[in-house]
Amino acid sequence: MSLQIQTIDIAPRRQTFAYLARRFGEDRPATRYEEATYDVQARANFHYRPVWAPEYEIHDTRRTAIEMADWYAFRDPRQFYYATYNISRAAMHQALDANFDTVEDRDMLARVAPEWRQKVQDYLIPLRHFEWGANQNNFLIADYGYGTQITSAAAFHAADRLGMAQIIGRIGLALDGNTGDSLAAGKTAWLDAPRWQGIRRMLEDSFVADDWFEVFVAQNLAMDGILHPLLFDKFDAEGLNHNGAAFTMLSEFMVEWFKDSRRWVDACVKTAAAESDANKARLNDWYATWSSRAVEAATPLAEHVLGADGAATVADELNGRAAAAGLSVS
Amino acid sequence: MSRNVSITLQNTADARPIIDAIRADNPTAEIADFPSMVKIDCPGRLVIKQDSVSERLGREWDVQEIHLSMISLSGNIDEDDDQFVIAWN
Repeated sequence: MSLQIQTIDIAPRRQTFAYLARRFGEDRPATRYEEATYDVQARANFHYRPVWAPEYEIHDTRRTAIEMADWYAFRDPRQFYYATYNISRAAMHQALDANFDTVEDRDMLARVAPEWRQKVQDYLIPLRHFEWGANQNNFLIADYGYGTQITSAAAFHAADRLGMAQIIGRIGLALDGNTGDSLAAGKTAWLDAPRWQGIRRMLEDSFVADDWFEVFVAQNLAMDGILHPLLFDKFDAEGLNHNGAAFTMLSEFMVEWFKDSRRWVDACVKTAAAESDANKARLNDWYATWSSRAVEAATPLAEHVLGADGAATVADELNGRAAAAGLSVS
Repeated sequence: MSRNVSITLQNTADARPIIDAIRADNPTAEIADFPSMVKIDCPGRLVIKQDSVSERLGREWDVQEIHLSMISLSGNIDEDDDQFVIAWN
């Protein structure tokens, strides 16, 4: 007796969801990222306007001066949706935990020169309050923004910022032997130390900016583009002269994160600037205002840690990024 | 007419950026979709470029990762960090 194996080829009726086929103009298989982000912004059947801002609909494109023909142009180059985002961050957190274990096992913090421990206390621990502010700003973008591509990425970004505030808190606890003294001192420095007041003022001013895209430029491009490279690249390099390798390991998450997130930030600014000259003019204004403020605000901190003005060199790097994204940099 | 080389990949979300990169980089490739796999034939030589796949995937793609999605192939392989080439020597 012979056994005949037959296969039946059943062609699927459609390759993807209808809303994606309509957008792409062809019925091709879509990626998970495309399924999760395109054309899923809620926009219809809201009967009442919000009582706290009756001039707008609940989800309204007019909450920013930036105008886009298609709000789904802000494609995230990292293609983050829930799964890819979590896989990426879980791997980064695993590396972070391993680094904390190594630093504690080898008692590496004890070898850091005492004057550098104090510097780290001065420049790193208060930054957790800045990171919390960045968390608030990015949730504002996720809340008032329009188009799931930019709002979902902003929500991921906001969660990262809270995560980094916690990592800085962990570094503080490692510094003070889990007493919490360094965190209290960090808060006092954030509220009172003159070298932090420019940064605090700038951040608090960004809390009351109405336009969510201005907040995006202010926080994610200008403030982060100055402070992150300054603290985790320039200051960290100086720390290596004082046996500060332990802090390099403990802050590796922030370095990796910044490399990753700037691709998204630059892509969004580039997309908005390429849309129209009016957008570009707005973005130029916002960038000029906030980047010069950020450099000015960071200068006292750079002078305290480096004994020299390190903020100017990071400003050059940031101007290079902005120019590559299509802004005119003066 | 040179002989065909061929590669068969799983029809999954992981393999789709690879298939798209092959489609873009090899204009002469013939791509046949099946429910669970995609068979690609190409006369003479077929190249899979690391940067084309990385761009579509949104992250750095290691050429070795292709083996996780590959079902079968025919041809001689030349593989390095930048590309995966199938050709007949």
